[in-house]
Amino acid sequence: MDSKITIKGLNLFFGKTQVLKGVNLDVYRNRISGFMGPSASGKSTLISVINKLVFFEEAVRTEGSVYIDGQNILGNGLSDVALRKKVGTLFATPIPLPRSIFENIAFGPKLNGTWKKSDLYAIVEESLTKAFLWDEVKDRLDDSALKLSGGQQQRLCLARTLALKPEIILLDEPCSGLDPISTLKIEEALAELKSEHTIILVSNNTKQIARACDFVAFLYLGELIEAGTTDKVFTYPDAKMTEDYIQGKFG
Amino acid sequence: MGKPHSSRETGIKWLLTLFALSSLLFLFVIFAFILAEGLPLFVKVGPGHIIFGMKWAPTKGHFGIFPMIVSSFMVTFGALVFGASLALACATYLSEYAGRKTKLFLKPALELLAGIPSVVYGFLGVVYIVPLIREYLGGPGFSILSTSLVLGIMILPTIISISFDALMSVPAGYREGSLAMGATKWQTVYRVVLPAARSGILASFILGMGRAIGETMAVIMVAGNALKIPTSLLDPLRTLTSNIALELAYATGDHRSALFSTGVVLLVIIMFLNLVANFWVKKRTAR
Amino acid sequence: MRLNPRWINKLVTWALTFQAVLAVGILVAIILVIFIKGAPHVSLGFIFSYPEDMGRHGGIFPSIVATVLLGLLSLVFATPLGVGTAIFLTEYTKESTFTRIIRFGVESLAGIPSIIYGLFGFIFFVIKLGMGWSLLSGTLTITIMVLPTIIRTSEEAIKAVPNNLRMVSFSLGATKWETVTRVVIPSAMPGILTGIMLSIGRAVSETAAVIFTMGSSLRLPTSLADSGRTMAVHFYILAREGISLEKAYGTALILVMTILIINFVAYYLMNRMVAKYS
Repeated sequence: MDSKITIKGLNLFFGKTQVLKGVNLDVYRNRISGFMGPSASGKSTLISVINKLVFFEEAVRTEGSVYIDGQNILGNGLSDVALRKKVGTLFATPIPLPRSIFENIAFGPKLNGTWKKSDLYAIVEESLTKAFLWDEVKDRLDDSALKLSGGQQQRLCLARTLALKPEIILLDEPCSGLDPISTLKIEEALAELKSEHTIILVSNNTKQIARACDFVAFLYLGELIEAGTTDKVFTYPDAKMTEDYIQGKFG
Repeated sequence: MGKPHSSRETGIKWLLTLFALSSLLFLFVIFAFILAEGLPLFVKVGPGHIIFGMKWAPTKGHFGIFPMIVSSFMVTFGALVFGASLALACATYLSEYAGRKTKLFLKPALELLAGIPSVVYGFLGVVYIVPLIREYLGGPGFSILSTSLVLGIMILPTIISISFDALMSVPAGYREGSLAMGATKWQTVYRVVLPAARSGILASFILGMGRAIGETMAVIMVAGNALKIPTSLLDPLRTLTSNIALELAYATGDHRSALFSTGVVLLVIIMFLNLVANFWVKKRTAR
Repeated sequence: MRLNPRWINKLVTWALTFQAVLAVGILVAIILVIFIKGAPHVSLGFIFSYPEDMGRHGGIFPSIVATVLLGLLSLVFATPLGVGTAIFLTEYTKESTFTRIIRFGVESLAGIPSIIYGLFGFIFFVIKLGMGWSLLSGTLTITIMVLPTIIRTSEEAIKAVPNNLRMVSFSLGATKWETVTRVVIPSAMPGILTGIMLSIGRAVSETAAVIFTMGSSLRLPTSLADSGRTMAVHFYILAREGISLEKAYGTALILVMTILIINFVAYYLMNRMVAKYS
């Protein structure tokens, strides 16, 4: 199968504390991969290496490499800005920019030099449709994004990411603050999106991982314990620890 | 695609660094020029002659500003006597006693008043305070007393605003703990709240002092500008600041240098006060 | 005999209330006196006509123009410098010895009394650079004087912008500068405007630093090289030289009203800033 992201021997330190320990992992193209694990497992840190936002923290040091399409993003070849145009991120809480719905989605395309209103409108419509939000907001695109409900805001943020047509979408516990119906809508959107994108979903909700993901990786205290297809990991886990976690014995 | 971005970003960072350095540059240039104009006279006639000299007749070679130094400190002290306790009482009332609505109204009102130009204070001092003193207490009216009163009122908003903030930042738990042990409101304020806000209050006093000692035009209007050490509250006086402002427009040669020497002395006093205030503010934020 | 703490408590409450009323009363009285005494002498004619006979008669139009020009021009220089410094201190560096030195410089500038700015502007701009008593000398002097205000208020405003907005912007592929200009500055705008308003207020009310750099010509300033007399300076001269008590009160009223309006707008903007993030 075709790897989109290959992580090799990744160590990450915050000062003297090691947060990721020798992680080796392949993330496959056009699939949804789930990263699960209890808190402090390093799963969120791992995706913040892929979008390199982790480097805004104090005293971060990495060893090893992360390849996207064969290019090591921890090397000097690719600028952070260019990387983040390839890799979209959805955060745990919806963070709309304090401006209109339209302007939130147009933010990324404008950075890329798209300023024509009609072009922007087309992008906004397409992105909102893909995020299953278009019908709810099409009549009030100029309203402040802050007026939307939490679930709508998170789908808006998804649409904002999609507007950049990223090859990879990272979702960091995107449903942690949402109600079941909003969660379901996000999952539906993801299922459709995987045909065009490679998706990584971080969650500590094992049921969501089982529902939504094709592949799953289980991390514990910075180590990758086990990875494989969702069917395999959830039915015949190799590690006792994985089994205990799935069964809710800790986490 | 990445490269043009990064070179533009580097350029912007350098430009902003230059902007940030401009403040330092201005500070340096100000000091350099004031010192360059003011220090040579210290060398020429000796620092003692200027700082401790009693006679100011700059066109005749007398550059003593000791009476002005003393006067500056006198009116600054006087301003604190009138202003500090009143302002602190007002801040205490606002933070500890006033209701939420009063607070919401009075704090901004006081801050609006902080913007009243100092010349307006000086003018009202001339029109109302000076004649009152002349009539009921004697003397020319232009005096330590009138200047201290005007400056005392002028520094009210500064002190109220800063000490109010200091009082408000005392955690509510301190008050509740004291009240729960049966202390009265005043005992709580006096023994718990005021000591906890002490450094902020002191900083507000020092900043108030800074404002008083640096004030110029209002002081010129009410001080009478006499050239000797005042011996009673009703004597007129001349401060360091007013000495500069009164004569700068027409001074030349050593006379002008002497005004810059006055500026040097003023600057040293102010920098000292700022250092002390900074020290207190730092201590407050450090905790 | 020991006084009962409850009695002391009551007594002190009264004393504090009295002093608070006194302090606020004095300040309100100042405004009231200016309004009551000034109002009869203020009219459209007073605002829009030229002074005659050293200001004994006529209006204060040139002074209003000089004041507005001084306030606006000094902002043209001080705003980019001040906001740029604030952006540098908050977005482009971590706390270090270097930022501490710059902050020390800003604090020191803020503490320098206005007469020192007057002395400096006089010797540097007026004499050494040969600009003479002019709008330009005044503008540059006031620019330096208000710089700390703009830096400090902008810095506060920028620091108040939630960090996750920056992260969102970066995650969408924005560069640092794009994040600053498209996300941080728009969000911090009310706070930055507050600083700008307060700075105009200082320029309008300043006397000592203006009189020795911009001079006190009563003519309408029409170029940067012209001298001019701001309202505060005009008021000072009218009052100090006893030219006309009526005109002094009238000028004071316009001056105080201008300041109150400016500060009110600043306060309103600040509240919008606070409301936005709490």
